[in-house]
Amino acid sequence: MSSTEELKKLCAQSRRDIVRMVHAVNSGHPGGSLGCVEFFAALYGVIMEHKPSPFNMDGSNEDVFFLSNGHISPVYYSVLARNGYFPVKELATFRKLNTRLQGHPTTHEGLPGVRIASGSLGQGMSVAIGAALSKKLNGDKHLVYSLHGDGELQEGQIWEAAMYAAAKKVDNYIATVDYNGRQIDGDVDKVMPLGDLKAKFEAFGWTVLENHSGNDLGQVIAGLNHAKTLTGKGKPVVILMKTEMGMGVDYMMGTHKWHGSAPNDEQLAKALAQLPVTLGDY
Amino acid sequence: MKTYTFTEKKDTRSGFGAGLLELGRRNPNVLALCADLTGSLKMDAFEKEFPERFFQVGIAEANMMGIAAGMTIGGKIPFTGTFANFSTGRVYDQIRQSIAYSGKNVKICASHAGLTLGEDGATHQILEDIGLMKMLPGMVVINPCDFNQTKAATIAIAAHHGPVYLRFGRPAVPNFTSADQTFEIGKAIVLNEGSDVTLIATGHLVWKALEAGKLLAEHGVSAEIINIHTIKPLDEEAILKSVSKTKCVVTAEEHQMNGGLGDSVAQLLARSLPAPQEFVAVHDSFGESGTPDELLKKYGLESSDILTAALKVIKRK
Repeated sequence: MSSTEELKKLCAQSRRDIVRMVHAVNSGHPGGSLGCVEFFAALYGVIMEHKPSPFNMDGSNEDVFFLSNGHISPVYYSVLARNGYFPVKELATFRKLNTRLQGHPTTHEGLPGVRIASGSLGQGMSVAIGAALSKKLNGDKHLVYSLHGDGELQEGQIWEAAMYAAAKKVDNYIATVDYNGRQIDGDVDKVMPLGDLKAKFEAFGWTVLENHSGNDLGQVIAGLNHAKTLTGKGKPVVILMKTEMGMGVDYMMGTHKWHGSAPNDEQLAKALAQLPVTLGDY
Repeated sequence: MKTYTFTEKKDTRSGFGAGLLELGRRNPNVLALCADLTGSLKMDAFEKEFPERFFQVGIAEANMMGIAAGMTIGGKIPFTGTFANFSTGRVYDQIRQSIAYSGKNVKICASHAGLTLGEDGATHQILEDIGLMKMLPGMVVINPCDFNQTKAATIAIAAHHGPVYLRFGRPAVPNFTSADQTFEIGKAIVLNEGSDVTLIATGHLVWKALEAGKLLAEHGVSAEIINIHTIKPLDEEAILKSVSKTKCVVTAEEHQMNGGLGDSVAQLLARSLPAPQEFVAVHDSFGESGTPDELLKKYGLESSDILTAALKVIKRK
């Protein structure tokens, strides 16, 4: 169990990790990663009961998490490393040849903490449901969590999975949507509006929670804890979590342009000036 | 020519259903998922006996593949069941990322493969599935020839850790292999020893190859006949051993020539033992409605077609 102060330090350091990682290889996805730092810090810091080492692929008797929008791998890797899943210095290998830290997360290179490959969007909810069903069959009371991009909800498979989870009462599962309103080509509302997302999930039979402050650590923790109290009641739970893409780096906020672009040297320096070292750089 | 007999014709999909039921009794970790085709896949007996381990996902195959992948996280062995078309082409990316690349222990079980699906026509008659599946790194691809072999294969794949594509079909075909056979993944079965030509067949075409062997004997031709139930990993040793003796080969399958068993054999021979080869397969065409027998005849997948191909390839030696 981490204190809020420790988690805040982790958030700040993770933001440094993210921009440094993508800068080093001039590729990767800083925008969504920066927006989800608080979520990951909360999930791995205080919400989930999990065992970093030795890593157990089956996830028996622990909570498990699936990242469905795999492109925000920088924040995932940073928080996994800083929670003891693998050495922090390995963040320096991100996207480089022979790395375990592939551009999009994968089990293929054996990176501890990752239980499914993701990158091609829309698949993680189905996978999370499968893991939740296994937990039920095994009498394992732990929970399954997943994170999805809002743009990702344009994929049809998400709604196949949403229909299944409610119909079959998969109630040991909490999905979160990173509701940042932006995707590669621009605002979600322009590319393919999602309409009333809350009403849609409710119509599918889910319990829906809204978190309007997805970059407020306390709010994120409170929202996830609230969601936990709603599990085991016959319905899957989803949190619609408003975040700011690029949060923490002023010039990356308020735009979709940093979804999948890396900062240059000058931009990195500008970003790092806004992000203090708290836990030590990798 | 060794004689093979059968007492009845049975569908290979029923072999899958029977194998799945037996597996369910043997192994509590075996789960079954179906996308609204429980009766067609003969999964009803499993569903009835193990309702808590049977998962009806509705007409949502992509979701089914993802759920199956997730179920392996927790030590389960999920068997998905739907038609071959919806088991492969419709869900290729889900299989590629969530199952194959992720190295998940999912058994993708596919019925109604090939032309012999019959009257439903080309929308359902996938002839590309072997190719799609064999291209995926780590995927085992199996196409058994009759009821007994499909049942044995179904049971055997549960013991293999990793993704498997098991392909079978709808029509009743001669059930000629042993009911108590041991199925060994990747191990070719030499059905008849011969010296003039090697016939390598898979699935429903294995019986056709045996029929062709008899016809060839009448022409004074000695055919070696190999049942390749596992297309990947291919039993290279068995094929090279046979072709080094006969010096020519005919492959036979209910699949496109591009991407099928014949392709795999040709690659092997090109690398290790160049030899003339003829392909009894569908040649860059979709199927159509008709009875299974009519379709096999129209698309050149009959025993007489194997005979013609064998006589032709012998001349090319």
